Amino acid sequence: MNDEYEFGSAKTGDDDRDDDKPENFKEAWIKLLRYSKAYFPVLIIAVICSAASSILTLIGPDKLRELTNLVTDGLLSGIDLAAVGTIAVSLIVLYSVGAVLSFAQGITMTVVSQKLSKNLRTSISKKINRLPLKYYDSNSYGDILSRVTNDTDTLGNSLNQSIGQLVHAAAMFIGSIIMMFKTNPQMAVTAVASTILGFGVMILIVSRTQKYFKQNQDNLGDINGHIEEIYAGHNIVKAYNGERGAKQTFDEINDRLYESNWKSQFLSGLMMPLMGFIGNFGYVAVCVVGAYLVMHSVITFGVIVAFMIYIRLFTQPLSQMAQSFTSMQSTAAAAERVFEFIDEADMPPERETLTAVDCAKIRGDVSFNNVVFGYSEDKTVINDFSANVKAGQKVAIVGPTGAGKTTMVNLLMRFYEIGSGEITIDGTSISQISRENVHDMFCMVLQDTWLFEGTIRENIVYSKRDVSDASIDAACNAVGLDHYIRSLPKGYDTILGDNANISAGQRQLLTIARAMIQNSPLLILDEATSSVDTRTELLVQNAMDALTVGRTSFVIAHRLSTVRNADLILVMRDGGITEQGTHVELLSRGGFYAELYNSQFEDS
Amino acid sequence: MTAVFKYLKAGAWAAICVCFALIFAQVWLDLKLPDYMAEITTLVQTPGSVMRDVWIAGAKMLVCCLASVATSVAVGFISARVAAGFSRDLRGGLFAHVENFTMEEIGGFSTASLITRTTNDITQVQMLVAMGLQIIIRAPIMAVWAMLKISAKQWEWTALVGAAIGAMILLIVFMMIYALPKFRKIQTLTDNLNRVTRENLTGIRVVRAYNADKYEEGKFETANHELTDNNLKVFSAMAVFMPFISIVINGMSLGIYWIGAYLIDAAPITDKITLFADMITFSSYSMQVLMSFMMLVMIFVMLPRVMVSVRRIAEVLTTEPRIRDGNVTESPAGVSGEIEFKNVSFKYPGAEDYVLREVTFSAKRGETVAIIGSTGSGKSSLLNLVTRFYDTTEGSVSVDGIDVRDYTQEALRNKLGYVPQRAILFKGTVTDNVKFGFSASSHSDVLGDVKKAVSIAQGTDFVEAMSDGYESAISQGGTNVSGGQKQRLSIARAIYRNPEILIFDDTFSALDYKTDRALRSTLKRETSGITSLIVAQRIGTIRDADKILVLDGGRLAGIGKHSELMNSCEVYREIALSQLSEEELV
Repeated sequence: MNDEYEFGSAKTGDDDRDDDKPENFKEAWIKLLRYSKAYFPVLIIAVICSAASSILTLIGPDKLRELTNLVTDGLLSGIDLAAVGTIAVSLIVLYSVGAVLSFAQGITMTVVSQKLSKNLRTSISKKINRLPLKYYDSNSYGDILSRVTNDTDTLGNSLNQSIGQLVHAAAMFIGSIIMMFKTNPQMAVTAVASTILGFGVMILIVSRTQKYFKQNQDNLGDINGHIEEIYAGHNIVKAYNGERGAKQTFDEINDRLYESNWKSQFLSGLMMPLMGFIGNFGYVAVCVVGAYLVMHSVITFGVIVAFMIYIRLFTQPLSQMAQSFTSMQSTAAAAERVFEFIDEADMPPERETLTAVDCAKIRGDVSFNNVVFGYSEDKTVINDFSANVKAGQKVAIVGPTGAGKTTMVNLLMRFYEIGSGEITIDGTSISQISRENVHDMFCMVLQDTWLFEGTIRENIVYSKRDVSDASIDAACNAVGLDHYIRSLPKGYDTILGDNANISAGQRQLLTIARAMIQNSPLLILDEATSSVDTRTELLVQNAMDALTVGRTSFVIAHRLSTVRNADLILVMRDGGITEQGTHVELLSRGGFYAELYNSQFEDS
Repeated sequence: MTAVFKYLKAGAWAAICVCFALIFAQVWLDLKLPDYMAEITTLVQTPGSVMRDVWIAGAKMLVCCLASVATSVAVGFISARVAAGFSRDLRGGLFAHVENFTMEEIGGFSTASLITRTTNDITQVQMLVAMGLQIIIRAPIMAVWAMLKISAKQWEWTALVGAAIGAMILLIVFMMIYALPKFRKIQTLTDNLNRVTRENLTGIRVVRAYNADKYEEGKFETANHELTDNNLKVFSAMAVFMPFISIVINGMSLGIYWIGAYLIDAAPITDKITLFADMITFSSYSMQVLMSFMMLVMIFVMLPRVMVSVRRIAEVLTTEPRIRDGNVTESPAGVSGEIEFKNVSFKYPGAEDYVLREVTFSAKRGETVAIIGSTGSGKSSLLNLVTRFYDTTEGSVSVDGIDVRDYTQEALRNKLGYVPQRAILFKGTVTDNVKFGFSASSHSDVLGDVKKAVSIAQGTDFVEAMSDGYESAISQGGTNVSGGQKQRLSIARAIYRNPEILIFDDTFSALDYKTDRALRSTLKRETSGITSLIVAQRIGTIRDADKILVLDGGRLAGIGKHSELMNSCEVYREIALSQLSEEELV
């Protein structure tokens, strides 16, 4: 019963950011138009359809005037029914063609805007995998996600509305003015003047109300934030008897929200009657002035009938144009955010001459020669680091939280490019090997066990092709998952979803199995066992030992107990490498490592 | 339903009655307008009429218009206040109800779902109430009244209007059957697309390391295609809407005039002018009827969605928390910080297997009791029974000699200082967070006590380095402090309560060894007399505890001091050996 569907607008994430106003309206639209170049011919057809259907709608009242005149003229003498029939038939044709054109316009705009949103989403998806990792260090996932869904969605919908509506409304507006003045100037002036008067009043009111809408939006954001926080921290609220305080804050915001809420609701509710009033006001004015003119035989009665429709056709586009301008603004705001992402700088291009390395033939000697690296240009974190790791050795990277232990992984995997110096694998600098090729040489198991919604098999095999069932079995056996998987009703085809019954340890084991399937000559374990308790870790460690045989491995660990038998320990602190050596060497040196190591045994 | 709408108070119902009356008046006024139009028409068509009469009729029309707007504004005002008041009360009621929930109900609904129910769903319902008061009441009155006025005239015209309404209904049926289900699917498909993208983003390193970018893009394209395909169908169907409606409206106006021409032609000479005036008014009325139908349709389209929201809110409101308050507010004098588990077995509601089986132990005042065991061995569950987030399935847990179920929850929790594994902070200042749950007057020296608590929790350095010290702002969810800092503030919060029992649910593994050690030694020094219950993973954290409970698969595998367990408990030794080498453990 928890299906959170919503079918008006498919939105995710928080809506309280002020995303309706673009920074640069023109530039965003230019980018959008450039992106949609391929659709120009179709767009032009849509515009023509829209304009044409508007014109047909405008001819309608004129024909209706003729028809009414035929009736009034014949009031006493008998009506020319044949002529009435001709006009009626031509009107039917007119309306039908108009409807078809307007439908054609609607369909083409729908197709264009949907295809465009789809292409934009694809562009974003591709971009995600082309961006340097650096980007993700400083941008939140939520933000990118909202660009994929909210923004492309807004863009699609508002684009669909804005262009069609704008053309339609503009054609209607200009057309109805022309038709009115053509039919009768005095009446036209009456209609236009009364409408302008009405709109003047409306604009006056609207301009005074904007602040309530803003206030309401802010209060809504506040209350949602409070609710989210309190619900998410429910156990703390309970444990600390914080319910009363939470409710107090809630009531405070809720009362504020009530004030702004009814005001903005009231004011937005005012729009409809006001629009109605403008319509009616124009209607009365037209009727009275029309009557005067008819009685003085300046116009025929049909003119009044025509104007009664014109006044409707004339007031509508005004509000429509205002609406479509708002739409265009939100289109621009959404486009701006989407293009901002798409236009981010890609990863630096690969070198032109690359050395292809066959993973099967790698021994696994890794050496760091005078490596210098910094996440930003002004701060170097790794300064002239050199080390030689022989094939099959185990390198441990230790240090307190936040010391930059993942930096080494980032460099080895070419997630980041080093400043100067080089890292070589079997003597070949990794900067001469394509990223894809480098990635192929490593199996990697990360601290946060990443699984996706899909079957266990899909999660283990992942992107590797042609993996036999036997090798999946073997991998699961090796990590000790076979029993668990066999106990599941659907075995390997069990879907890992939100509510899958799988523990942190099992998740970790699955990612290790994934790494085993990968079967690459080098191995990276990034705090791979810290989310597993120590007993399960023993299991994992055994699996890992099997994995490390014959592989050069880099292990990042929180627990000093897991690194003692490493061939080389790199001690990191404040982003840089401060010490290196074996466990015994480092202990005897009595430096930071020794301090760190001994601190766990001192009595508290 | 009733659970939700009982939040419409008596005053609101009175206001709704006023709305009703006002809307009647408004409909009457709106329908009067075409009558005056008819008057003018007759005046114009009758030779020898005076212009003054036209002006009078015009003035009357204008008055009608103004009065109609005035009633609209009044209705808008009332309905806005009723709707906003209703949503305020409903939101407040829902929030208070959720506050009473235990972990079990929260887990049953999921936090995310409860948040949507308290925010979006209520907004939906409010919108319906606001629109409802204006449109749901108005549209039928208008439709029926206008129809009555019309039906007195020529049946041919009435039939035509009937046909137009029929066409509209046809369109709606088509929409309901074809488009609505696809409309609902949009959210599911969007969620799916979102999920795939989120997976790619959260696993970006894995995706790159496994060269799986093409694989991920493939998954994305499938989701993207499904969404686009569905959207295309929905919005293409929507594209029919406007052209269809305009052809119905235009067709109807034309039809009225066309039929009118024949009727007038056939009528006796004396009736012709009246009939002509009727024709003009009829086209106005019919437009009103059609418009009211349109409005009703809009409501019908909205209704299913709102009903889902109403049901979802009602679901929360009718769920009663499983844990009931006892009535003990004071424990016996002289007893403090004692915990006793007697044959406690526990399984989560709805689960098949026990998480804890026959656990028996006790802790005396000032003792440190540590709990260790592998993942899923029931460590956190055991703590949840002390805090009474859950009730035992069998056996009893007592604090200070009284069963926890006999206390009021407030009294029980006042004895406890609980620190969860994942630190949670709230929006406010550092001080607000540390003194969370206390009213202003409970401590005589709030700032002094806050400082002391923070200093015990090893947080003085970083708090005083913040721009406003203890008054520094913590943002929602504590995102502006680091994980370790969050954890230390969360520990300070527990210490500030000066509880009888401190409960640490794997709190220390987020801290590095040095902070962990410093914190524990200060705690020991400063909080003697407080019983501590510590769940831990590191042997180093707990080796000097007064009592260590070793849990294995929910059963107590051993109990005793470190040195005893090293000799007697196989499970404990295994855990210890996996962390430290043998000679270090002696």
